[in-house]
Amino acid sequence: MDYIYLAIALPLLGVLVNGFFGRRMPRKAVGTIASLAILGSFVVSLVAFLNYIALEGGAHTVMLLPWLSLPPLEISYGFLVDGLSLVMALTVSLVSFLIHVYSMGYMADDDGYPRYFTYLNLFVAMMLTLVLADNLVLMFVGWEGVGLCSYLLIGFWYKKAAPPAAGIKAFIVNRIGDFAFLIGIFLIFWLYGTFNFTELRQSVETVAFAGHFPLTLIALFLFGGAIGKSAQFPLYVWLPDAMEGPTPVSALIHAATMVTAGVYMVSRMSFLYSMTEVAMLVVACVGAFTAIFAGSIALVQNDIKRVLAYSTVSQLGYMFLAAGVGAYWIAIFHLFTHAFFKALLFLASGSVIHGMRGEMDMRKMGGLAKYMPHTYWHFLIGAMSISGIPLLAGFFSKDQILFAAFTTRPDIWPNAGMVLWIVGVVTALFTAFYMFRQIYLVFLTKPRFDEAEIHPHEAPSSMVTPNWILAIGSVLAGYIGLPALFAGIIHMPNAFQPFVSGALAGGAHVAEAAHGAQELFKEVLTTSISVVVALLGLGLAFYLYQVRYGVTEKLKRAFAAPYRVLLNKYYVDEFYDSTFVQPGRVLCEQLSRVVDLGIIDGVVNAIAFVVGAVGQVLRPIQTGFIRNYAWYMGAGAILLVILLWLGLGAK
Amino acid sequence: MEPIVVYSLVLSAVLFTMGMLAVLVRRNPIIMFMGIELMLNAANLAFIAFSRHLDKLDGQVIALIFMAVAAAEVAIGLAIIVSIYRYRRDVDVDAVNSLRG
Amino acid sequence: MNVIELIVFIAAAALALIGAAGMVMSRNPVHSALFLIANFFALAVIFLLLSAPVLAALQVLVYTGAIMVLFLFIIFFFIQPGQKHAYVYSLPWQTFFSGILVIVLISVLVLGLYMGGVFTAEEHVQSAAMKVEELTSPQALGSALFSRYLLPFELTSLLLLAAMLGAVVLARKEKRDDREEKN
Repeated sequence: MDYIYLAIALPLLGVLVNGFFGRRMPRKAVGTIASLAILGSFVVSLVAFLNYIALEGGAHTVMLLPWLSLPPLEISYGFLVDGLSLVMALTVSLVSFLIHVYSMGYMADDDGYPRYFTYLNLFVAMMLTLVLADNLVLMFVGWEGVGLCSYLLIGFWYKKAAPPAAGIKAFIVNRIGDFAFLIGIFLIFWLYGTFNFTELRQSVETVAFAGHFPLTLIALFLFGGAIGKSAQFPLYVWLPDAMEGPTPVSALIHAATMVTAGVYMVSRMSFLYSMTEVAMLVVACVGAFTAIFAGSIALVQNDIKRVLAYSTVSQLGYMFLAAGVGAYWIAIFHLFTHAFFKALLFLASGSVIHGMRGEMDMRKMGGLAKYMPHTYWHFLIGAMSISGIPLLAGFFSKDQILFAAFTTRPDIWPNAGMVLWIVGVVTALFTAFYMFRQIYLVFLTKPRFDEAEIHPHEAPSSMVTPNWILAIGSVLAGYIGLPALFAGIIHMPNAFQPFVSGALAGGAHVAEAAHGAQELFKEVLTTSISVVVALLGLGLAFYLYQVRYGVTEKLKRAFAAPYRVLLNKYYVDEFYDSTFVQPGRVLCEQLSRVVDLGIIDGVVNAIAFVVGAVGQVLRPIQTGFIRNYAWYMGAGAILLVILLWLGLGAK
Repeated sequence: MEPIVVYSLVLSAVLFTMGMLAVLVRRNPIIMFMGIELMLNAANLAFIAFSRHLDKLDGQVIALIFMAVAAAEVAIGLAIIVSIYRYRRDVDVDAVNSLRG
Repeated sequence: MNVIELIVFIAAAALALIGAAGMVMSRNPVHSALFLIANFFALAVIFLLLSAPVLAALQVLVYTGAIMVLFLFIIFFFIQPGQKHAYVYSLPWQTFFSGILVIVLISVLVLGLYMGGVFTAEEHVQSAAMKVEELTSPQALGSALFSRYLLPFELTSLLLLAAMLGAVVLARKEKRDDREEKN
């Protein structure tokens, strides 16, 4: 498929049209153009996908243009078409399209309608650049491009106070990660002399660099970028604040696509990561810790979107956990299913907020199921999927992550697998609990708002329809990548793994290992435990919020201290504020006073003063009398003649 | 060297000096300007004298070009004097000292 | 150099010096201009003696005919004779310093001529007639101007054009100023 670049060109065209003429066009046209552009991207990706399957050819590169040609540095606008990038492109373009359609309803009354769709289209173009790029530099262009769009869209409602601040926070925190990412890229070029993924992979796999330390360093620096972009501990703090943006943006950028770029990048560089066990373990541990950390915060949050935000951070942790134990294809698989159910959850919560006239506090909701039945079903399906209720998409992907963690035995820490698995299971419990807590608080318990004043209503069809499609995806997306256990039962082989594995390293061993009888037993065991845990979480939520409604208040008092810690998100923001932000501010103030005002301004003023003083001294010469000047001129001419004589005499 | 050339050169030196004196001591811009013209003519005289001495036409050509330059200079200079006069109603160069430092 | 030439030269030189001195010393600019015209005439005569008849003619035409007439025009049109000046400030030492400078200048010039060997009597070998003839010939000057000195000569025309435009622009009354004055 040589026309894959159209997938990027179409949204860019949408950007140009809507960006320049959007304000003069009817709203319907703006939204339609934007959505059609993304639909075009999806069709292009789909055709590329079908071609890829039909040809059964391996990965290939589509060279569009040379970009920088400074031998030995060669960077091109080239696109790498393989299983991994196709899965990403399909996911991104499909979810984006649905969210564009949803946005046409959600943003219908907003003043910044054309601006919104311009940014959204730009985002899709950048995201597709990121996933399709065939070299690290072009990938970095996309990487920064989506960061820019994220910043623009978080601060979309720039007239309010919080959104711009959140946008700046997201940008700065990401910058820290990007810095590490850039260092990693530079180190790669330093060691291997290329940015191209294909060449890089050959170099890494054949001439396996002497000594693992540089490799580990590179891997860790690259992971630093992923930590920033994919909101892992300790750089996750921007993502919850990013919920200040419009809800469809949260769904698209801060749940389904952009934040998964880090996972994609780690998978894309998997050939490098599999060479260094230390880096792998770091990735897995950071992922697992983030998963349980964010999951625990989500337990007690009251803002409907913040629960989902922390849930996203937690799920991203799962993905890194999977990547860290070498199960890259499962990381991508979970990314794939997560895109559906998390987008669904966000969009459903958007419908709730829309119906509740902007109310986001779950304590002021309740009983909404009867007002918005569609949304209730959407949310329920999404929640069941993410919680790992059997036979839904999230169940299959999460189950395989846990199984992969369970079976992994890194040489440097043989028991790591068990620890990671336990963390993962506890996180699964948390997930099921906070999701169903949310369901009960929002949809099922008695209304806690003034029903006379607020009349919740179901969202318009432009918002409901995309959600149904996502809901179907949330149920069925898992069936293309069934675990070996289930694949055997219903005779549906795992199609996902072979498709993406070509682009990944060491992806094969997990499924192969599952063939042994003992492995099968292990898989049954872990699966059962996952199911039990998910149901336990559900049951706990049911007990606390339905059967003994109100008991939570007593619990809050009984466990006041831990509750406060969780509610305040472990005081991490406060910690960062006092450790980095405030000292930074003080430092900058001092620097501006001492260096800027003192030294720089001082030097400039000193130069000005010297010039002025010299001028003051020379001033009397400028008498303004033309006859004086004539005298000087004549005297000068005579002097010159005399000097010439002296010069000639010396000869 | 031919006597006439020598005399001419001396005359040229004296005339040049007198032109300069006019520029330096007179306050009327028009007379200062005449001094400049005189200096130019003195230079011309020297050129022509040397032309004669060297038996070459170059000195004459340069004198001729000098005349053109002098004509141009007079046109511009007198225009400036006219506009100054129009502006100040006065022709004292010492009164025109607003460029004083 | 025969006697007649010498007499003519001395007369012309005297006239030139008188003209120059009169120009410098006259209080009335009109007199200055007239003295300068006399000076230019005398110079034209000396040019003739120096076998440059074309330049002598041009001296009369351009300087006395055009330039000095222009001076006189300006004087007559704009400056009333005997106008009293309200002297703002005069440079008290200007005359003194100018005198010094002028003395230095003349010393330098004469010394220069002396050191350049101008005054050393040198037997004058001249197969003169022919050479002088060539110097004198307007035809020779014309061909020099239009062959070897073509470019400078043409550039001179450009210079004159620029000067003409500049003079027009400078001396023209500013229309905008008029309007402002009316307002």
